[in-house]
Amino acid sequence: MSIDELAQSRGEWLATGGPMHDVVISSRIRLARNLADHRFLGRADEAERIEIERALEAAISASAYGAQTFYVEIDKADPLDRQLLVERHLISRQHADGQGSRGAAIARSETFALMTNEEDHLRIQVLRRGMNLDDAWDEAVRLDNALEASVSYAYHPGYGYLTACPTNVGTGLRVSVMLHLPALKMTGELEKVFRAAKDMHLAVRGLYGEGTDALGDFFQLSNQTTLGRTEDQILSEFTDTIIPSIVKYEQNARQVLRAEKTTALDDKIYRALGLLENARLIATDEALYLLSHLRLGVVLDRLDGVNLDTLNDLFLFIQAAHLQKRHRASLAGEERSLVRADLIRQMIHGRQTTDN
Amino acid sequence: MLCQHCKKNPATVHLTDLLKGEKRERHLCDQCAAKEGVVVKSNVSINDVLSSFLMSQPAIQELAKLKCPRCGMTFVEFRSQGLLGCPNDYDVFGEALEAIIERAQNGQTRHVGKSPERPIQVDPGQQERKRLQRELREAVESEDYERAAKLRDQLAELDVQ
Repeated sequence: MSIDELAQSRGEWLATGGPMHDVVISSRIRLARNLADHRFLGRADEAERIEIERALEAAISASAYGAQTFYVEIDKADPLDRQLLVERHLISRQHADGQGSRGAAIARSETFALMTNEEDHLRIQVLRRGMNLDDAWDEAVRLDNALEASVSYAYHPGYGYLTACPTNVGTGLRVSVMLHLPALKMTGELEKVFRAAKDMHLAVRGLYGEGTDALGDFFQLSNQTTLGRTEDQILSEFTDTIIPSIVKYEQNARQVLRAEKTTALDDKIYRALGLLENARLIATDEALYLLSHLRLGVVLDRLDGVNLDTLNDLFLFIQAAHLQKRHRASLAGEERSLVRADLIRQMIHGRQTTDN
Repeated sequence: MLCQHCKKNPATVHLTDLLKGEKRERHLCDQCAAKEGVVVKSNVSINDVLSSFLMSQPAIQELAKLKCPRCGMTFVEFRSQGLLGCPNDYDVFGEALEAIIERAQNGQTRHVGKSPERPIQVDPGQQERKRLQRELREAVESEDYERAAKLRDQLAELDVQ
């Protein structure tokens, strides 16, 4: 499996058909781990980084997961390949832009990825489509146990799993759920959701995590504290309380829009369609914004002939690295806008003619 | 640092007096401070202790001396970078680090989750049970009692297995 092949396929986290997929795009579990007998990465020289990476790579290959993954040496990878992995949520932006020896063991199914030498020695990441944290958690535990069998993790009787940054110490667990909340945005109720989330010590981020804007009405909700609660308590807060209530809130807002603001809603959806079908040059941000409205239209049955899979593919394929990989050429900004507009017209149009 | 008065116990009370424009610093243990009539608040939070600790000059010098023998990281370096140097730092930086953790972790300082001694095993039935419980709750909420009854039976069956 190569990165070029990934560029042609649908990302697991953007596939449709997961639980609550009208609102929940994907679920993610991340565990931060470090090796007991090594310094953290800020203090490790290149020789130690290589040792750490080798020890982890060996542990991964020795486990049952070795055969399911391919290993990418991120420091030696082409910048476009790194960017592509970021766009697919398989590695973090920090990992792509980092320094020194580092890598990622990526599941061919793209359902999990193990980053070596990111901020911590090891970051276990599991991705699932829709609202499926339970399944993601089970997989993360299996991965964690499998690796813990052959390496010894830095563990403290009081503080738990030790991490380079004290904000991750304890469980090392970060739970994230990606939500599509266009109706709450339109009805102006998003602020209320964010305020409630902040009261519960949750972080709200955009499509690509820390420091990114909420492109296309996508929001990532994640826990900020990792210590003093069991993994199960952290998880069930999401699965039993937070996510179901936000989903219901968004669904209600959608129903209200459909029942009481039908024309205004259709106007938004069909304007988006008109622009996407006719634009000859389009930037990523604008495309995401318009595709978001189209997605709302499809989910609410206001729009025939465009299907959700096509839209979800487009969310990924219009991004810079995917666009260039699929086009097999490096493209400057303006050329990208042109190729992006072409791709959107083709994919939306293609679906319309085959479905009708 | 030892108490300047009895020279036996560690100094835990640090005083800075201004006498006729002249600064005088004293470092005493609890007992000697009490004898001198210095009132020490007993139920103060660790954050208050730390910040008053940081206010007095010698204390900063004390913290500045905190250095991990394994990785060479000093507490001052950690404060400016936000990242620790090695697992050992968690012990070397002691209470000063604990105060920071407490603040970052919403008041928590003790891990209660998964550990090498308390491994979590994935029980295949567990997830199915959780899913059914959630669906049951939803069914009851939406007053779909027919579905709720079915789900309840499924849950009972799962428990028998």
